[in-house]
Amino acid sequence: MSESNASATRTTPGNALRPEDIAASDLKPSTDVAEYALRLGDDSLILAQRLGWWISRAPELEEDVALGNIALDLIGHARSFLSYAGHGLDKTEDDLAYFRREPEFRCAHLFVQPNGDFARTIARQLVVSHYQFELYSRLMHSTDPTLAAIAAKAVKEVDYHRDHSSQWVLRLALGTDESRRRMIAGLKLTWPYVEELFVDDQLIDTLGDAAVRPSTLRAPVDSLLASLFAEAELEIPAVPAAVGGGRHGKHSEHLGYLLAEMQVLAREHPGATW
Amino acid sequence: MATAPAVDQMPSGNRSEARTETEDERAGREQFERLISEDSRIEPRDWMPEAYRKTLARQISQHAHSEIIGMQPEANWISRAPSLKRKAILMAKVQDEAGHGLYLYSAAETLGTPRDKMTEDLIAGKARYSSIFNYPAVTWADMGAIGWLVDGAAIANQVPLCRASYGPYGRAMVRICKEESFHQRQGFEILLELANGTPAQKEMAQDAVNRWYAPSLMMFGPPDDDSPNSKQSMAWNIKRFSNDELRSRFVGMMVEQVKVLGLTLPDDEIRFNEDTQQWEHAPLDWNEFKEVLAGRGPCNAQRMERRREAHEDGAWVREAAAAYADKRAATAQQKAA
Repeated sequence: MSESNASATRTTPGNALRPEDIAASDLKPSTDVAEYALRLGDDSLILAQRLGWWISRAPELEEDVALGNIALDLIGHARSFLSYAGHGLDKTEDDLAYFRREPEFRCAHLFVQPNGDFARTIARQLVVSHYQFELYSRLMHSTDPTLAAIAAKAVKEVDYHRDHSSQWVLRLALGTDESRRRMIAGLKLTWPYVEELFVDDQLIDTLGDAAVRPSTLRAPVDSLLASLFAEAELEIPAVPAAVGGGRHGKHSEHLGYLLAEMQVLAREHPGATW
Repeated sequence: MATAPAVDQMPSGNRSEARTETEDERAGREQFERLISEDSRIEPRDWMPEAYRKTLARQISQHAHSEIIGMQPEANWISRAPSLKRKAILMAKVQDEAGHGLYLYSAAETLGTPRDKMTEDLIAGKARYSSIFNYPAVTWADMGAIGWLVDGAAIANQVPLCRASYGPYGRAMVRICKEESFHQRQGFEILLELANGTPAQKEMAQDAVNRWYAPSLMMFGPPDDDSPNSKQSMAWNIKRFSNDELRSRFVGMMVEQVKVLGLTLPDDEIRFNEDTQQWEHAPLDWNEFKEVLAGRGPCNAQRMERRREAHEDGAWVREAAAAYADKRAATAQQKAA
């Protein structure tokens, strides 16, 4: 315990911060910071749950490993954010992951979109990794030292995710006619859910410099994607944005099924430890 | 996870080789024999008897296939793992297995068989993988029992393979064994947590141990008197201990560890024979082993279907990657010219 207590106070950016350290620390977030941490944690958790499906099903063994790695990184980020949120809400990361109901989740709709084929998974990952990179590279300067420390660790990992998805977008867009067709289709299915990532709301106003204002991420993400799309000879899909609401517990039809599967065993044995 | 499959039919052909032996071949053979007698390593470019090459190519590729098929029973629980920590550990474990498959395919490739060919043989049902993965992982406790018993048996089998005479195989096994011992420990830890948990959890743990015990003992391969080719593999320093020796040693370890778990092994005939200095266990149902090996296990069809599906559904992705690489190479060449 002494070891984890010691490291729990090392929240300067760049130091490894384990979920166990956060849980054992006395860093209590305000209700607003906890709510914000739930959003970030839920995004990563739900996407990790989606990506985990590919392990043993990917097009190449190397991709079983790569997608598994990305899922693992995301689970790590989710555990840190949820542990921190839970610290403010008197709950553990597992209480939050396994015993909240659908409307209590705070993920944006993009993260729960179905895997579809490999191109659709890559399209989703492309947007997520660019969004998260821009987000974390700013959040590491948050006035909340715990959020800053989690972001500082996450940003390095998300940078690799960005590289992985960008490389695949190029390969698929410029590979064969079939892969190009699928890449374009995957992007088209993904794009309605991009807008929601960049919406500000009252919580963001309240948090000030503890959080990152989502609308400020739009321009840098768009500009990076624009240069990649130019190289890949792709166009930003011209599709209308879907109505979001995930940040306030309004979800698509997909989330219920995902949670049913993820939570089933934990809920069969309430109070048990694993 | 995964175990090196028991050696089966050994290809012959040494006699015709001897008849047409050239000067170079004789020098190569003498060097091979010397290296084996000195218990040294054979490397990919060294001369080796065709039968040695074939035996190893088959054993290593079967071992690689076992890692890849072995991902499936555990991947079955990634989405339902009951805590985030367990989910992360399980994902990392299944991912390690993909990594083991990759090292082993690379080791097998040094013997001259391309990975694509090995994959095709697996998909076509021509290649074998460890039969243990044809049993279903139906409860969370199976993640514990697979780690503890199946990975435990794999380690008992594989530690001696770190000294296998073929260099790339031995070196791959060193790396794999390190990760496997983590896997076994996490399996043990899952069972320990369940055994000390609620009555329902403890029951789940015992049930899993009951189901995986006998299949894990059969992972060591048929009894020695029914394993005619083990002898040649031992002479070539590929195999170091007989199937029964390894099995006995494994039973001895498990019988101690199960006490720490507070569970029991479903075998009341386990005893240490002072005369032979071996652990003994109840007879195993080798008929079941043969049935599963012949494709009539609970999950053979399911495992193959999943692998085939992943391979076929991914074909367009691999084609795209290859086409893109070709285009890039062509562009680079144009620029250079």
